[in-house]
Amino acid sequence: MPKDGGIGASSKRREDVRFLTGAGNYTDDINLRGQAYVHFLRSDVAHGTLNSVDTSAAEGMPGVLKVFTGADFAEVGGIPCGWQVTDRHGEPMQEPPHPVLAQGKVRHVGDPIAAVVAESREQARDAAEAIEVDISDLPAVMDMKEALKEGATKVHDDLTSNLCYDWGFVEENKGAVDEAIKNAAHVTTLELVNNRLVPNAMEPRVAVGDYSRGTDDSTLYTTSQNPHVIRLLMGAFVLGIPEHKLRVVAPDVGGGFGSKIYHYAEEAFCTFAAKKLNRPVKWTCSRSEAFISDAHGRDHVTKIELALDADNNFTAVRTETYANMGAYLSTFAPSIPTWLHGTLMAGNYKTPNIYVNVKAVFTNTVPVDAYRGAGRPEATYQLERVIDKAARELGVDPIELRRQNFITEFPYATPVAVEYDTGDYNATMDKLLEIIDKDGFQKRLEDSKARGKLRGLGINCYIEACGIAPSNLVGQLGARAGLYESATVRVNATGGITVMTGSHSHGQGHETSFAQVVADMIGIDESMIEIEHGDTANTPMGMGTYGSRSIAVGGSAMVKATEKIIAKARKIAAHLMEASEADIELKDGQFSVAGTDKSVAWGDVTLAAYVPHNYPLEEIEPGLEETAFYDPANFTYPSGAYACEVEVDPETGKVTIERFAAADDFGNVINPMIVSGQVHGGLAQGIGQALLEQTSYDADGQLLSASYMDYAMPRADDVPFYQVDHSCQTPCTHNPLGVKGCGEAGAIGSPPSVVNAVVDALQRAGHDVTHIDMPLTPSRVWAAMQG
Amino acid sequence: MAQVKMTVNGKPASGEVEGRTLLVDFIRDTLGLTGTHVGCDTSQCGACVVHVDGKAVKACSMFAAEAEGTEVTTIEGMAAEDGTMTPVQKAFQDFHGLQCGFCTPGMVMSAEALLKDNPSPTEAEVREYLKGNICRCTGYHNIVKAILAASGQDVTGIAAE
Repeated sequence: MPKDGGIGASSKRREDVRFLTGAGNYTDDINLRGQAYVHFLRSDVAHGTLNSVDTSAAEGMPGVLKVFTGADFAEVGGIPCGWQVTDRHGEPMQEPPHPVLAQGKVRHVGDPIAAVVAESREQARDAAEAIEVDISDLPAVMDMKEALKEGATKVHDDLTSNLCYDWGFVEENKGAVDEAIKNAAHVTTLELVNNRLVPNAMEPRVAVGDYSRGTDDSTLYTTSQNPHVIRLLMGAFVLGIPEHKLRVVAPDVGGGFGSKIYHYAEEAFCTFAAKKLNRPVKWTCSRSEAFISDAHGRDHVTKIELALDADNNFTAVRTETYANMGAYLSTFAPSIPTWLHGTLMAGNYKTPNIYVNVKAVFTNTVPVDAYRGAGRPEATYQLERVIDKAARELGVDPIELRRQNFITEFPYATPVAVEYDTGDYNATMDKLLEIIDKDGFQKRLEDSKARGKLRGLGINCYIEACGIAPSNLVGQLGARAGLYESATVRVNATGGITVMTGSHSHGQGHETSFAQVVADMIGIDESMIEIEHGDTANTPMGMGTYGSRSIAVGGSAMVKATEKIIAKARKIAAHLMEASEADIELKDGQFSVAGTDKSVAWGDVTLAAYVPHNYPLEEIEPGLEETAFYDPANFTYPSGAYACEVEVDPETGKVTIERFAAADDFGNVINPMIVSGQVHGGLAQGIGQALLEQTSYDADGQLLSASYMDYAMPRADDVPFYQVDHSCQTPCTHNPLGVKGCGEAGAIGSPPSVVNAVVDALQRAGHDVTHIDMPLTPSRVWAAMQG
Repeated sequence: MAQVKMTVNGKPASGEVEGRTLLVDFIRDTLGLTGTHVGCDTSQCGACVVHVDGKAVKACSMFAAEAEGTEVTTIEGMAAEDGTMTPVQKAFQDFHGLQCGFCTPGMVMSAEALLKDNPSPTEAEVREYLKGNICRCTGYHNIVKAILAASGQDVTGIAAE
């Protein structure tokens, strides 16, 4: 029976009513008295020398308060990068400066050159048009392989080349991997592109800077997934504002998918300008501006080789990837193609020899960073595609080839430095075949044929590492931050609870699911618990929400803090009932003395904590508030098996998704309704990547897909109802809730099944097609069918 | 600048606007009704859908001055005074048809308009109608399910929660 409350219940989301009635409070809904507006003048060329920026005409325009250029930020730090990767030779990556406003050069279309602050948005925009910019065009560096050639134009003149790093993992294993491939019975090779995507959270970014002259305090309201991280990066590295004089608030945030992790120039600008002008300064990004200023995702070009022995056991995997960094290093960009990608190249399989080489390259494009899945979709896609190709070359069943090579014993230490704690890949595969109704495929294939359509079935597995941690390990890997999470549980006198979490909810429903956990632990109604997040002024230092980490890391911090609360409450209850603490039991919000009928209610204990007339003051302090920081012992490893059935129109090449099924193992599940919703959303993003979404630059660095007219977002009629299941549960062994995280799985697992399905459909129809690069647009599929 | 007058959520509303002021900016900035959202600048995303004289309109595709004398309903005008949500709003909550909530006001306003014209749409009709509303969070599964449920149709056969 489904539960009606607490852990495991599909509690309805409490945040919904405000969103459904127009009562949300998003950053653009915040308007401060006396606020001015900023408009950024952005480069319309991809690469050029900035000869001059003449702002004199703009300064005289109506309503203009000030026009800022790069010179105004000469004394201020640049936008920092939060992760340093060490290359194959032990050298640090090349790390170029990233000014708030362009200095000397522009390096991508959208690079901000000047900023006009005016009384109204329209006046700021009008005045920006009056700024005269003199740029000498330079050749745009667009193709990664060309960019690395001797004598190529450099994006950053002060670097030795366009190579950010050349990373090998595990470098010491390279010889053994080369040897295994040389000695293999069969080697399957696949070259592929993981297409560049634009995250496209529906709420564009917004920043409102505010300054209090009386107290010298700065406040930034911003669309962020991690306000504490922004406070630290912007305060310490850009503007030199100590954290106690800087408050960052991320209120309701309309989706993130990674794009709102990073510290962006516009946030620093608004905070800086508010103090300079002693006025609140607001920036609201337009969608057109978002396409050329939000960090993009993916953009890998990869060659993968899979070696098998005569019995079809995987013996080695070797990959070479070119990863686009764009023009500057976004906050976590260097870690994505390396530690979030290379460490996943074992997938669900016991391949003994693995070597991953990644060359990260600067180009004259928008910076690239984490987008839902971040590195793990790229790893999953290449591995699951090459396995499918190998099965076809060897004439074996792709499911059986996978099963034969599954890791079945846990914990399992992979050759790429991670240890999977739990999993059951056969269980999720079995469940998948049930929910996709594989037995019915033949009949559906014939139905499709009767309608003149080609049908295909694609299946794949995935594993991901999320809840990224522990801090001391990621520090060794180059992270310039810890990756713990925090929670303060404040029990109020009358028994209600305010939980202040360092996690941030921007669609994930934490206000509901976090409350379920605390309610379950104490045995009180969920409505007695409020979850606060997003304001550095009232939440403990936290690292925020990304990488499917919130329930695994943030939830664990909350459990630890709640355990401290319960421990103290038991002492109070023991005192009130004049009993031994060891005899106190807590059930359904009642403390009782074992073996007696004596009990006190939760509210009696909480009131005693704040009105300590009858209270063990010599033993414990009054009050009932506890904070915990939780630093995980390991990553968590959600896994699963996905299946896609497509129909291809042989006349046009148009692919339609007929069925999609996902069987995931997320460990324990707090709110099944929310978890299913997370998977649905991830699937649509993965299907979008596979079929629709393409970020297109021309050779001059102009972004051709810079609006929803040209960038094909998945719409309601592009996707079917999905079959999702998360009943296969192998709980995580190292966090108190046994949870693994579910936010990214859908986007990680789905692209290969779509492509596998299309290849299957085409091969069944006699086309000798082994691969098509994403997105599988009608023209690409049609062209492939023509040979 | 010119004066515009209209009825918004049953109450008279007026303000000074420039010729270029969009209806959505008038609703958000002048009237302070921030439930209507702006998700793009090419009239594609549908986050700003409101009803103008009973018809679903993208409020970014109309100047405020063009709305002179019309009856406008925004998301704030949908629930009853006592807070009781409409069947569509309630179904969105019951079936988890929203996550970050940003596209939600536009989705609800579109869904309300659809069901007014077509009280018992098929799944395909719902999906077709929602082409002008982009959601990045839900994968549309629970939105479509919620709208079918709000129309009184049995959705128990639709997979998963």
